[in-house]
Amino acid sequence: MADVAFQHSRVITRTSQRSSLRNALKRKSTAAFLMTLPLIVLIAVFVLYPALYSMHLATLNKSMTKFVGLGNFEFLFKRDTFWMVVKQSCIFAISAVIFKALIGFIAAHFVHNIPAKGQRKWRGMLLVPWVIPTAMSALAWLWLFDPSYSAFNYTLGLFGAGPIPWLGQAGWARFSVILVNVWFGAPFFMIMYLAALKSVPEQLYEAAAIDGANWWQRIWYVTLPMMRNIIAITTLFSLIVTFANFDIVRILTAGGPLDQTHIFATWAFRVGIEGNDIPLGASVSLFMFPILAIAAIFILRDISKRGNEAS
Amino acid sequence: MSTLAIDKAGPRRKVKYGSISRNRTWALRWSYFFLVLFAIFSLTPPFYMLITSLKSSGEIAAATNPWWVFHPTLSNYIELLSSNQYLRFFLNSAMVSVVVVIITMLISVPAAFALARMKFWGSAVLATGVFLTYLIPDSLLFIPLFKMFAAIGDLTGIQLINRWYVLLFLYPTLTVPFCTWIMIGYFASIPKELDEAAIIDGASWFQTLTRIFIPVALPGLIAATIFAFTVSWAQFLYPLVFTTSTDQLVLPVGIITTLVKGDVFSWGQIMTGALLGAAPPLIIYAFLMDYYIAGLTAGATKG
Amino acid sequence: MAEVNLRKVVKRYDDVEAVRGIDLDIADHEFIVLVGPSGCGKSTTLRMIAGLEDISDGDIMIGGDVVNDVPPKDRDIAMVFQNYALYPHMTVAENMSFGLRLKHYPKAEIKARVTEAARLLDITDLIERKPKQLSGGQRQRVAMGRAIVRNPKVFLFDEPLSNLDAKLRVQMRIEIKKVHQKVRTTTVYVTHDQVEAMTLADRVVVMNKGRIEQIGAPNELYHNPATRFVAGFIGSPAMNFLPCRLEESGDKLNIRLTDRLGFAVPPLRAQRYKNIPRNEKLLMGIRPEHITEARPHAEPGVEPFDATLDVTEPMGMETLVYFSLEGTPLCGRVNPNAAARVGSAMRLAVDLNNMHLLDQASGAVLGRP
Repeated sequence: MADVAFQHSRVITRTSQRSSLRNALKRKSTAAFLMTLPLIVLIAVFVLYPALYSMHLATLNKSMTKFVGLGNFEFLFKRDTFWMVVKQSCIFAISAVIFKALIGFIAAHFVHNIPAKGQRKWRGMLLVPWVIPTAMSALAWLWLFDPSYSAFNYTLGLFGAGPIPWLGQAGWARFSVILVNVWFGAPFFMIMYLAALKSVPEQLYEAAAIDGANWWQRIWYVTLPMMRNIIAITTLFSLIVTFANFDIVRILTAGGPLDQTHIFATWAFRVGIEGNDIPLGASVSLFMFPILAIAAIFILRDISKRGNEAS
Repeated sequence: MSTLAIDKAGPRRKVKYGSISRNRTWALRWSYFFLVLFAIFSLTPPFYMLITSLKSSGEIAAATNPWWVFHPTLSNYIELLSSNQYLRFFLNSAMVSVVVVIITMLISVPAAFALARMKFWGSAVLATGVFLTYLIPDSLLFIPLFKMFAAIGDLTGIQLINRWYVLLFLYPTLTVPFCTWIMIGYFASIPKELDEAAIIDGASWFQTLTRIFIPVALPGLIAATIFAFTVSWAQFLYPLVFTTSTDQLVLPVGIITTLVKGDVFSWGQIMTGALLGAAPPLIIYAFLMDYYIAGLTAGATKG
Repeated sequence: MAEVNLRKVVKRYDDVEAVRGIDLDIADHEFIVLVGPSGCGKSTTLRMIAGLEDISDGDIMIGGDVVNDVPPKDRDIAMVFQNYALYPHMTVAENMSFGLRLKHYPKAEIKARVTEAARLLDITDLIERKPKQLSGGQRQRVAMGRAIVRNPKVFLFDEPLSNLDAKLRVQMRIEIKKVHQKVRTTTVYVTHDQVEAMTLADRVVVMNKGRIEQIGAPNELYHNPATRFVAGFIGSPAMNFLPCRLEESGDKLNIRLTDRLGFAVPPLRAQRYKNIPRNEKLLMGIRPEHITEARPHAEPGVEPFDATLDVTEPMGMETLVYFSLEGTPLCGRVNPNAAARVGSAMRLAVDLNNMHLLDQASGAVLGRP
C-alpha cells in the first residue's frame, strides 16, 4: 500500500512516539485530502450548489424579487402542457431504454457469435452512432426527416407508400425522436453486453449444451442470469441519461409540433432561458429530480449488492 | 453390489438427431443477416451526411435519387474551410476540449489515486458520491448555473455569460466524475505488491504515482483522456446556454445557429459542417478504438 | 448398449495435430482412464466424444451409432468438468434437475431421481444451497449428481479432481469408484495423475503427443510397459533407466552396467531376451521399489551391490535413497530402519526378476511376452 510510505517516515523519526505517530497519520490524510480537494471543490461548486440553488430559485417569482413559495409549482400543475411534458418524458425514456437494451442485447449476441477475427470489424461499425456527437447526428436525421426532401420519403415513394410527416405530426414526431435516441444509444448497450457476454464462462454453456439446452434455453438459463447485474446497471444508467436528454429533441423538433415532443430538459430551456422566466424553468427541471433519485437508489443498491456477492 | 434404483424409463421425445454443422451454418447465417441489417441502420446517417456534403445546392433541390451524388463537388468543403467563422468555431471547440482534458486529468488522476490506494476517512463515501454526481444531469443544472453566473457578472463585473472560457469551468463537471471512476478502477486493479516493492526500493508516494502507477495504468489514462475529449467536443446544452455571440460559439452550436439563415437551411453546408465537426471524434475512434471501448466498459465491469 | 468406439480419430488445429489417429474400443460398463502429460490430447479426445470439439477425421460411435455430427445434447452423455461448471444462480436441486426439466420429465420422477442421487453422494442436506455456499468437494459431488441424475449412456470426467487439495482428492477418488460400482455406467475419465488412473480404471489408456502409447489394465501397465514413456510415466517415483549391455558368458546371460558392475540375468527373464543382440548399447529399466537394502538371505535374481548415497528422503514408511552409477542418477526404496546415511556407502540389492530392457533409440521395451 502506498500509505506504507508514511509509516516509513514514522520509523525514521522516533523522537517522540506519540506526536510523530499523529504527524504521520495527519500527513497521509492531508495528502490524500489535498489530492481529492479539487474534485470535491469542483463538484460542490458546480454541481451540488447549483442543484440546491435551483430549489431556492423555484420558489421565486418571475423577476426574482419576491418569494412565492410553491406558487410556481401550482402554476405548473394547472397547465396542460406540463402534464403533457411529464407523460412525454416518461414514454420517451421508458420506450427508448427498452428498445436500446433489446437491440443492444441482440446485436451483442450476434457479434459474439461470429468468429473472433471478424468481431472487431463489426463492433467498430456498429459503435459509430455513439461516437458521432449527438448534435451533428441529430442534424443528419433532421435532414433525413425533412418535410420536402426527406430521403426516407423518397424511398417510400418508390414503393408507392405516402410521404410520412416525420417531424410534422405529433405521433410521428414522437416516434422519430425515440428512433434517433435508440439509434444513438443502442451501441452503448451493445458494447456493455458484449463485454459481459465474454465474461460468462464457456464451460457453463458447454454444460448446458450437454444437459440438453437449445439456443434460446441457453440464453434464458445461462446468459441472462449471469448478466443480471450488468443489465440492471446499464438500464438504470440509461434511464437517467435518456430522461435528462436535451440535444436530440431540441434539434429535431425543438419540442414541437405544438409542444407535443417536449421533455423536461427542452421545456425547461424554452421556459427558463427563451421565456426569460428562470424560476419557472427551475421548477420544471426540478421534476426530474425525484425520478433520478429513485433510479440512483436502485443503482446504489445494485452496486453494493454486486460488491457483496463477488463469488 | 446393488444397482441403483434409477431406471431409464421416462418420457422421451422422439430423438431427432440434430446436426452440429447445420446448426452452426444457420447460426452464422442469421448472425450475418442481422449484423448487416444493424450496420445499415447504424451507418445510414453518416453515409447520408457524406453524400449530401458532396452535393451542390442545385442537386439537393433537384428531385433525383437522394441516396447518391451524381455531380460531386467539393464546393461546400471549400466554402466552409475558408470561412473564418467556421474556423473560429473549430478553434474554439479545440481550445476548450484540449484545456478541459488537461484540467480533467489534473483533477481526476490524483483524486483517483487517493481514493483507490490511500484509505482515509470517508474515502468509500466519496468514491460512491463521485459516481452519483455523474447522475445529476446538465439539463437540471443549466438554469441555476445560468443565474449564478449572471449574478456574479452583475456583482463583480466579470463577464461570465457569453464567454467561451466559462465552459472551461463547466465541462469538467461532466468529465471528471466518470474519468475519476475509470481511473479508480484501473488503479485498484494494480496489485498491491507493486507498491510494496516500490517502497522497499525506496520510493516516496509521489514517485510511486509517477513512476509506477501512471505507466502501468496508461491504458486507463488514454481511455479517460479520449472520453474527456469526446464529451467536451460534443457538448451542446451548456454552450447553447452560455455562449451566444458568433465568435464565442463552439462547433455544435455554431453549425446550427449560423448555417440556418431564417427559414433557409443550406443543407449542403450544414452536412459538411456536421461531418467535419464529427471528424475529430471519429478519427480518434478509428485509431484508438480499443482504448475508446475500454473507457466505456471500464466503468461498469471494473466497478 | 453403451459402448464407445473411436476409429482413427484425428483432431487438427490449423496445421497442428493435437490428436493423431486414435483407435479405442470401450466396452459397456467399463471405466476407462485417459492419462498422460499436458498437451497429450486426452482432454481433446474426451471433448470430441462429448461433441464439444469437431472431429477433423475419423469416427466416434456411441452405442453403435456414429455421432460425429450429432450435437452434445442428443448424444445421451453427461460430463463432469474440472471447474464443476455449476449454474451459479440455481440451487443444488435445480442444478441437478436442469437436464431433466429441459426434457419435461414429470415432477415426481425428477424429485425421485434427485433425491436418490443426493443420497448416493451424501449431499442430501445441501439440496437447497447455492454453489457459492459449497466447498470444492461438495461442488464436485453436485456436478457428479447432475450427471448421475440424467442416467446417460456414458459419463465423461475431465480432470475432476485437479482443483481439490491432496487429501480431498483421495477421498473423492474413493467416492467416484463407489459410485461406479453402484451405477455401472460406461465412464471415460481424463487425468494427468497416474495414481488416479491406476486406482480407478478397469483399463488405462496412456497417451503422449496425440497418440496412444499403451492400453491395458493397471497391473499390466505396471509390470509390462510397452514403451519407455509408459514405463517412466506409471509408478512414482519413476522407473530408473541406465545404459547397459547384454553379455553372453557360456550358457549364462549377463547384463553389464559399468566396467565393474554386472549381474546375471535370471533365467526366466533371460528366456525373453533370447533374440536380442548381445554387446549392443541398451537401456535397462528398474523401478525404485526393486532396488532395496541388501537382505540377509539371498533370493534368486536379487543381486547386491554397493553405492554411495547422495540424498535420502525419509518418508516414514520407507526411505528413498538417491545415488548415481557412473553419472546416471538412480533411486531406490529402502526399509526405514536400514542404516542409510548421506555420503556413506550402503549395501543395496537389485531385484532383476523385475528388470526391463529397452531399445535406446525407439524407446520400445524389448522382449515383452
